Amino acid sequence: MNIQTRHTFGRSVRIGLLGGIIAVFLCLVGIVEIFGQRSLIEHLISLGHVFLFLPLLATGYLAAKDNSEQGQQGKLSLLLAGVLSGLLGGAALSIFLLIGNLIDIRAMFIHASPTLYGMLTFGRGMPGAWLPLLIGALLGTLGALARLLPPKVQQPLVRGLFGILLVGLFAGLVRPLLIARSGKAEDLGRFLFGETGLTQAGALIFFVLITGIIVIWSARGKTLQVRISRLPRAGQSALRWSSIGLLLIMALILPQFSGAFIAQVIVLISLNILMGLGLNITLGFAGLLDLGFVAFFAMGAYTVGLLTSYGEYGLAHLSFWSVVPIAIFVAFMVGAFLGLPVLGMRGDYLAIATLGFGEIVRLLAGSDFLGPWLGGPQGVIGIQKPCIGSLGPFLGAGIPRVCHGLELGGPKEIYYLAVVCALIAAFVASRLRDSRLGRAWMAIREDEDVAEALGVNLIQTKLLAYMLGAAFAGLSGAIFGTLVGSIFASSMQLMVSFNVVCLIIVGGMGSIPGVVVGAIALIGLPEAFREFSEYRFLFYGAALIVMMLSKPGGLWPSSIVQRELHVMEKDEPDPKSAPSVSTSAK
Amino acid sequence: MRTTLTEKFGEVAVFMFLWGFRILVVSVVVVGTILSIRGGKYTGVQWMDFVVFGIARGSIYALIALGYTMVYGILRMINFAHSEIFMSGAFGGYFLANAMSHTGFLDKNPVLGLIAAVLVGMSVSAGVALLVERIAYRPLRKAPRLVPLISAIGASFFLQYTFRGFFGPGIYAYPNIKVLTGEWNILGIGILKMQVVVTVAAFIMMAILYTIVMRTKIGKAMRSVSENKDVAALMGIDVDRIIVFTFAIGASMAGAAGVLYALMFRQVNFFMGFVPGIKAFTAAVLGGIGNVPGAMVGGLVLGVFESIGPALFLGGLGIPRPYQLQDAIAYIMLVLVLLFRPSGILGERLTTKKA
Repeated sequence: MNIQTRHTFGRSVRIGLLGGIIAVFLCLVGIVEIFGQRSLIEHLISLGHVFLFLPLLATGYLAAKDNSEQGQQGKLSLLLAGVLSGLLGGAALSIFLLIGNLIDIRAMFIHASPTLYGMLTFGRGMPGAWLPLLIGALLGTLGALARLLPPKVQQPLVRGLFGILLVGLFAGLVRPLLIARSGKAEDLGRFLFGETGLTQAGALIFFVLITGIIVIWSARGKTLQVRISRLPRAGQSALRWSSIGLLLIMALILPQFSGAFIAQVIVLISLNILMGLGLNITLGFAGLLDLGFVAFFAMGAYTVGLLTSYGEYGLAHLSFWSVVPIAIFVAFMVGAFLGLPVLGMRGDYLAIATLGFGEIVRLLAGSDFLGPWLGGPQGVIGIQKPCIGSLGPFLGAGIPRVCHGLELGGPKEIYYLAVVCALIAAFVASRLRDSRLGRAWMAIREDEDVAEALGVNLIQTKLLAYMLGAAFAGLSGAIFGTLVGSIFASSMQLMVSFNVVCLIIVGGMGSIPGVVVGAIALIGLPEAFREFSEYRFLFYGAALIVMMLSKPGGLWPSSIVQRELHVMEKDEPDPKSAPSVSTSAK
Repeated sequence: MRTTLTEKFGEVAVFMFLWGFRILVVSVVVVGTILSIRGGKYTGVQWMDFVVFGIARGSIYALIALGYTMVYGILRMINFAHSEIFMSGAFGGYFLANAMSHTGFLDKNPVLGLIAAVLVGMSVSAGVALLVERIAYRPLRKAPRLVPLISAIGASFFLQYTFRGFFGPGIYAYPNIKVLTGEWNILGIGILKMQVVVTVAAFIMMAILYTIVMRTKIGKAMRSVSENKDVAALMGIDVDRIIVFTFAIGASMAGAAGVLYALMFRQVNFFMGFVPGIKAFTAAVLGGIGNVPGAMVGGLVLGVFESIGPALFLGGLGIPRPYQLQDAIAYIMLVLVLLFRPSGILGERLTTKKA
């Protein structure tokens, strides 16, 4: 065995054990058990199993990496490395099973339950304790194959599998819609989709469909792309605008088809996009890590609450539309107020100080001290919904206003409000980014001292970053207040700020499409899938770390950051091409 | 000309705001104190109780603050995950203490049991800290300052929810140690035994740490790495090893603090690290970040202020249920320190980082 092979096997041992530890971790944390309730392919594989298999697959894939210089390592030895790592991963699980059988670890780890053991042994109990070894080896092989097979074969297969994973995830959302239509659609729904995932037939059909599409696309797709790029400018932009138009039309009619639940999810996503755009200004453009962002959200929400509620804390009873600009203005001013003390702080201190502010706002809002005005722990209730058209005469504090026009009562109606506001905000944010102020912000983000030396007024620019970010958050809070109808100080927690920070980081700091991507990924997923919401912050935390380690620019990095990164790479000398210096005299 | 005017306006606004803030805080403190003492709502013994409780809690904050301050001194970064390291120590100690209490071991040998619990808590914390350092911090040492900060925040939440996943969202109660319930009479004042034990234990740990940092060879290495990493490397110090050691020691202190906190408040919960973590950070900054005795002083000062604050400053002004704003006092102290004396009480270290 030459040194290269020994090295590969050593690596595969390490990777295999690491993968096994991760799999056991997923079991102990309860992800496997809880996601096990949601099946991917009915009666066959649950989502929990998918989580269990992923680390083992990954070990096979990683272990089969050809590290030799000319890429001539034997395919067989790489395959064996993959098998070995998968086997070791499975061994970790088997050992876990054995230990669990000997000692009752459930007293400590609440998720080491019989259900979990059943999942690991595929229902066979202790005699099946060796099963994970087999499954591990199998998955290791598959992972290694994914790397070793020629791309033409591997791509459609892998993407086909990924495709059924996605379809299976969303099946639970699509199925009720089809069933609601009844008739042919209902039969189709029941045939393709199970209660939570796909039926076995459905899985097969989708797999064939997706693989087929990918094969056809790779054969013909190139010609289509070439043909599009050959179109004249006018043709290309017409194509782009018409596809955007199509998306907009789909977005407009969506609530009518999708039901209240999906509309609510999209409203929440839009609200988070709004907040994300605001924090994107403060953090993404200006580089100021504000962990107390929820304070501005609270300002907007409480303003709307106090000025429109017909409960006991309502100060006035204005219509929603006239209060929104007031809410934005209040948040704007509070942004200045909370920004002034922290003007001189940088980095970590800024983060903790702003976190403190967020908490102070929450404590004050819920305290008995400010109770007579803000409602204390009971909060402000009875906030009116927005009303387009005429309103009934205002009679007194306890009598609700009657809306004689169109009332935006539920998520389906507020959906339009939220989406329109998000679009406007995105437009405003992009104009700000390209303005002189936006460039000043980015200068501050890169190096404050140099920016000041170049004539950027630090005080003004930083304050404006806080204020404008706060304004967006205030708008988001205003819409939230009217959506939910009541505001409690306990919902203005650090978690809200953390949510928004995560969204921006995962999506891409300073990038407006990134905010949208981040919001859909981080808010849409937990809202749509209840199981995710239990482990929401676990995933967020892991996502932050993984993002920082691998892609600090985010999933959709801003074009400026990408440009800068590429410039840096071009300037760095390539170590492989540098001439080697001989230090020994011959 | 126009730019200069707006610049001047900005500066004037900031100046007036800062002074306004100072005056507001001083007047609240002074007026509140005078009114409270004249109002006579609390007796001398009760004030003493507040102070003693504040010292006990403050010494716990001091232990946690040591971890923040040492890591900051070496890596110039705030270990956001430190609050979860504190929490993991509490959990570690909890499981051992629970087991010992069930077998009756704890009641028969309370001293040994307590020491064992503290040691286990320290080891668990150190282990978690080393993992975090290896995975989330070490690869990012050369990255721009926001990147490890965000990674630390991610690590903090990840740890919180991992522990929630492992052990559940419930609150676990630390076993009751019979020997430690009740009061001792010290200098004529009745002080809860638990508080005395916690304070004394914390002071012992701080003394041990101080000796290690000031009197041993590895302590000298730590100090030199915190002064200048590159020169220390030139002097032959293995910087990676020292960083690992610093994390381990800081984490052990936090782990011990976790066990002590759980003993005092009898509750362990996955979210328990968040608030003490921020307060300990405030304490570290208060005493002077990067400064080991400073962390100790800061912790005690913060603990006492936090304890007597609501009654002394706010009660007198007629604020109902001022203890709700207890945490707010700590946060406001943080902002005050950062605004008006960023170098802290004992510190000379730079607190404004260059980009």
